[in-house]
Amino acid sequence: MSTAFDILLNGVALGSVYALVALGFVIIFKASGVMNFAHGSLLLLGGYLTAVLHERLGFYAALALAVLATALVAGAVDLILLRRLDPHATHVLTILTIGVDIALMTDLTRRIGGDLLSLGDPWGGSVSTFGGSTVPHTRIASIVVSLLVIGAVFAAFRFTAWGLSLRAAAEDREAAALMGIRLHRIRTLAWCLAGALAALAAVFLVAFPAPGLERTTGEIALKAFPAAILGGMTSPPGALLGSLLIGVTEALVAGYEAELSALGGGFGDVAPYAVMLLVLLARPNGLLGEKEAIRV
Amino acid sequence: MPGSPPAGQPVGEPPEPGQSGVLRIERLEVTYGRTVRALRGVGLTVAGGSVVALLGANGAGKSTLLRAVSGTLRLHGGAVTGGTVRYDGRVLDGADPVTAVRSGVVQVPEGRRVFGGMSVEENLRAGRLGLAGGLRRGRGSDAAGARAARERVYGLFPRLAERSGQRAGLLSGGEQQMLAIGRALMAAPRLLLLDEPSLGLAPMMVERIAEVVRDIHAQGTSVLLVEQNAAMALALADYAYVLEVGEVRLEGPAGELARTDEVSRLYLGEAGEADTAAGADAERSAG
Ligand SMILES: Nc1ncnc2c1ncn2[C@@H]1O[C@H](COP(=O)(O)OP(=O)(O)OP(=O)(O)O)[C@@H](O)[C@H]1O
Ligand SMILES: [Mg+2]
Repeated sequence: MSTAFDILLNGVALGSVYALVALGFVIIFKASGVMNFAHGSLLLLGGYLTAVLHERLGFYAALALAVLATALVAGAVDLILLRRLDPHATHVLTILTIGVDIALMTDLTRRIGGDLLSLGDPWGGSVSTFGGSTVPHTRIASIVVSLLVIGAVFAAFRFTAWGLSLRAAAEDREAAALMGIRLHRIRTLAWCLAGALAALAAVFLVAFPAPGLERTTGEIALKAFPAAILGGMTSPPGALLGSLLIGVTEALVAGYEAELSALGGGFGDVAPYAVMLLVLLARPNGLLGEKEAIRV
Repeated sequence: MPGSPPAGQPVGEPPEPGQSGVLRIERLEVTYGRTVRALRGVGLTVAGGSVVALLGANGAGKSTLLRAVSGTLRLHGGAVTGGTVRYDGRVLDGADPVTAVRSGVVQVPEGRRVFGGMSVEENLRAGRLGLAGGLRRGRGSDAAGARAARERVYGLFPRLAERSGQRAGLLSGGEQQMLAIGRALMAAPRLLLLDEPSLGLAPMMVERIAEVVRDIHAQGTSVLLVEQNAAMALALADYAYVLEVGEVRLEGPAGELARTDEVSRLYLGEAGEADTAAGADAERSAG
């Protein structure tokens, strides 16, 4: 039996992890107008690297290395593939990311095979009890870490030269270029940051009570995707809101599984998209989207 | 603070004596997408400390010339296919926009193009993003330069100071034009390129913009002013060029040019719209 508190906590914890992924989507989209379909495999790459490195290096060093490596791979995707093409042909670039996803995913799937990998996080299966509710420490950690990281990213948007450059370039490439903003550099850094966020998200996605990292873990990006879209795709706060909405919805569906069985067993997987459709029907530009959320 | 030169001058090669801050364009050719020749051998000079007007009908190539100087042709699928652009002896043709900004040449684009989702203050901050140091620049190191630039801008445009926290997209057209100019001034340019700043503004606001250009000039910044409003531009400028279908058709001291028949007929509104178009066609076929 789950109480409403458990469900809410689960939902917020899930949502906070989705937010790390969705924020990456939004940053890439803002910087390059590209929907990054390779995000799931970047996430899987980060998780996989943490999994294979933690025994030798310890969890934190492994995570740091995995985050760095994923950031570099994401940056390389931009640097090596996207930069060569016309930046206005965003549909071509978007399709290119599907190719990147397939290549990365194929390799990682081969390496992971049927295994279930542990990332060696320090929280393990430990829990605390608050007023009759059992709360896994991983949930608390995911909320706290996501909050800190997302707060730092939001502060960077507002206060750093990079953040200002990114917002300026997202609004008007030419005007930004006229200020002497280096569009290429801003964009590559955006990809790096998104990759780093995805690698970090992997830790909390596969931590207790989830069983561990498997080759399908990357599909989680498919849930953060609607979160980003229903937030408006160009709005970081929108992505955050959308992620929480999706997370809580998913927790609710899981919590009331029995009652919802009439809708069919797999409703949990469909729920994020159902929520997205409902929100977009009411607000076609997303929760916090600008009028022209999709750049042309 | 009229009179005080802009702080934080970009460093460059020492200017050649006697031609400090000169923009020299020679035999410039620009092509869009390999086929559209927008400029055909244009020569133009902006002496240090002067205001030069660049006039011409729609499609004459005025914006193209500014893009060639500011290094943004590539964003439009264009390229310099001949000739040179030099500022203070430094080659700008084929260079990127960062080079232009750091050399002290900043362009205000046609149609204002402020960052509508950002506050007025943030727009001004964005104007300094291209200066030396770029992303690595600490928040403190150029604080003095930023403060001086901001004071200069708010001095020129008290209206912007009142609205510093407001979203730029909510400003009126005239205020947006002021913000666009102010944003460019944040980089402390020595040469300001203005692309049709009076476009779409009421006569009162056009007069205000003219005053601003005068003030900016008085503070020691040269101006290359692209305009369709020839009366305003010629009143401000020392020297003027008239561009037609990618070539310089006329040039001369602004006062003299304003008195020539051609300019007054074609650009100073002493003929009806239809006559103007017919006149332009006639000139073209004659030349
Ligand atoms: N991106 C582009 N691709 C192809 N041709 C272009 C492009 N931009 C401008 N042109 C062409 O180059 C020529 C000059 O255009 P430009 O914009 O420089 O004129 P302009 O004098 O600034 O006109 P306006 O007063 O309307 O702003 C025109 O024939 C135009 O069609
Ligand atoms: Mg123009």
